[in-house]
Amino acid sequence: MKSLGSIRRSFAPWADPASKPFISFRNVTKKFGDFTAVDDLSLNIYTREFFALLGASGCGKSTLLRMLAGFEQPTSGEIILDGQNLAGIPPYRRPVNMMFQSYALFPHMTVENNIAFGLKQDGMSKADIAERVQQMLKLVKLEKFSKRKPHQLSGGQRQRVALARSLAKRPKVLLLDEPLGALDKKLREETQFELMDLQQELGLTFVVVTHDQEEAMTMADRIAVMSHGKVVQVATPAEIYEAPNSRFVADFIGDVNLFDGTVTGAEAGFVQLETTGGIPIRMMSPDCFAKGMRVAVAIRPEKIRIGRQAPAHAPMNTAEGEIWDIGYLGDMTVFHIRLKDGGVVKASTLNAVRAIEDPLGYDQEVWISFGDDAGVVLKD
Amino acid sequence: MAKITSSLVSRLVIIIPYAWLLFFFLIPFFIVFRISLSETAIAMPPYTPVFDLSEGLSGILESMRAFSADNYVWLTEDALYFNAYVSSIVIATVSTVLTLLIGYPIAYGMAKAPRSMRPMLLMMVILPFWTSFLIRVYAWIAILKPEGLLNQFLIATGLIDQPLIILNTNAAVYIGIVYSYLPFMVLPIYSALEKMDHALIEAAQDLGCTPTAAFWRVTFPLSLPGVIAGCLLVFIPAVGEFVIPDLLGGSETLMIGKTLWNEFNANRDWPVSSAVATILLLILVIPIVYFQNVQSRADGEER
Repeated sequence: MKSLGSIRRSFAPWADPASKPFISFRNVTKKFGDFTAVDDLSLNIYTREFFALLGASGCGKSTLLRMLAGFEQPTSGEIILDGQNLAGIPPYRRPVNMMFQSYALFPHMTVENNIAFGLKQDGMSKADIAERVQQMLKLVKLEKFSKRKPHQLSGGQRQRVALARSLAKRPKVLLLDEPLGALDKKLREETQFELMDLQQELGLTFVVVTHDQEEAMTMADRIAVMSHGKVVQVATPAEIYEAPNSRFVADFIGDVNLFDGTVTGAEAGFVQLETTGGIPIRMMSPDCFAKGMRVAVAIRPEKIRIGRQAPAHAPMNTAEGEIWDIGYLGDMTVFHIRLKDGGVVKASTLNAVRAIEDPLGYDQEVWISFGDDAGVVLKD
Repeated sequence: MAKITSSLVSRLVIIIPYAWLLFFFLIPFFIVFRISLSETAIAMPPYTPVFDLSEGLSGILESMRAFSADNYVWLTEDALYFNAYVSSIVIATVSTVLTLLIGYPIAYGMAKAPRSMRPMLLMMVILPFWTSFLIRVYAWIAILKPEGLLNQFLIATGLIDQPLIILNTNAAVYIGIVYSYLPFMVLPIYSALEKMDHALIEAAQDLGCTPTAAFWRVTFPLSLPGVIAGCLLVFIPAVGEFVIPDLLGGSETLMIGKTLWNEFNANRDWPVSSAVATILLLILVIPIVYFQNVQSRADGEER
């Protein structure tokens, strides 16, 4: 079996101007009374993509998914699926299927009948239904549970039934609304990888709504970060994490240290600035910033080094402080370091060595430093 | 100590419904059953004594020897009783079906109404209970009689030129029963529909069901417990209904409740009317117990 990576590494239809989007949201707006849930949003999703809509609750991500499924009609704008305008097409005639957050399994039907529900509705022959149901049960490893009713299953098993039911009709697109929200952490992590494998195996387009950034980062080819009905950034997980396009995205995804400052100068590919706390910073940046402009530098905790002495490049990209808090997480340790200017910086170190002699302790005077490629410069 | 108290309390809580059943169902039923085994007598009360505790155990055994099934034999000999039972069951069945056909859409509409409107709709269903049942049935006489409101309206609008004869027919009995028992049908169905997760309907539509198909494949099966409860709540009292056939029905309306009333009051034959009541109870209880057995066996198989 080919590993996921070998397929994924070369998969980037969004970067190819010749490729046609499979799903297109064009200037879609959805209003509920005075409330604008989705605001003039445009977005392209490509065939076989695992696409995640990520945002806090109320950001419009679920509304977007429900418009794709046909449960809500856009107030304005249009949604195109595989070249077909979906306007006015009811949910039961759309070639998409949805896995509901609550799973919405039919409580009066067995696992088998839940999975067969859509197939029966399509008037498929009995033999074909039985075969497809078996196939689906095998896919989600629930062969032994076919005669059970939903209330006799565990949360994880229910999730699998919901998945099998939504895949049984072989939809062009599978919509997943917080698919792993009800599972405990360990099961969630396992299931994330199973979903990814499944998506590759079946070659389907998945659109998943989630508020869990880790989930989105793990599973998705691309993530759309949403806020107040708008897409703030659409990019691969690595781009979103390493090159957020705004303070919001930098802050929303993972932990970040934001240094506010003013541009003091620029050279090819680099920006120089001084933070409000007086730290001089030189940072790589593809964008140009004029002198005097207010900017912020976003640096992830794991890209900040902690040392007992000032580094060689001091004072550039360096600040002195003392250790304020230590969070030991097992695989890594998070330090909160209070700088001389009063700001607190988060820095994390990987615990690669099992027992360190002379570890860093509370109240210890340290120097934090970072490379000139460690962060991104963002317009304020 | 606290443990003993709490187990006592919990036992007491369990005892309450049993005590209720004992005092208000089993003992009265036993008395009725006992009377049905005695004979009429010109006395006060009008039947041979049923309990003679003054003579002790031997007296009780003595009186048990006097039990007779004559009253039950009598019921089989006169076709009136058989016809009254059958006619009651037919009328109750038709009324239950009519009540379901009218009540289900009402319950469905209530469950689909905006959440803020539901308490008001619920109130509107319960509100008629605030008026005496008897008065509401009398009001129907005023509506249905030949020169009543309904006929006046129909003649005024030109739909008919001769008044319809509805009062004192079975049709009036159906109208009366459906009207009186409608809330008992609406409320259980409403409560079954109201707690249903709307996502289930969306899931059904997502899987290819039109709204109609989604109703028959998901909504209706899930509301069945409410439908069954509603049907029992209407059917059982309707079988023994007396006031409605007496006030709205005609001479050809034969219902067991009316027969029972006649035996009891007009003929002063308490033993026979007790036998009628006992048989009626058996007719109602046996199918219900059987149904519940089937139901719990079906549930048991799943587990």
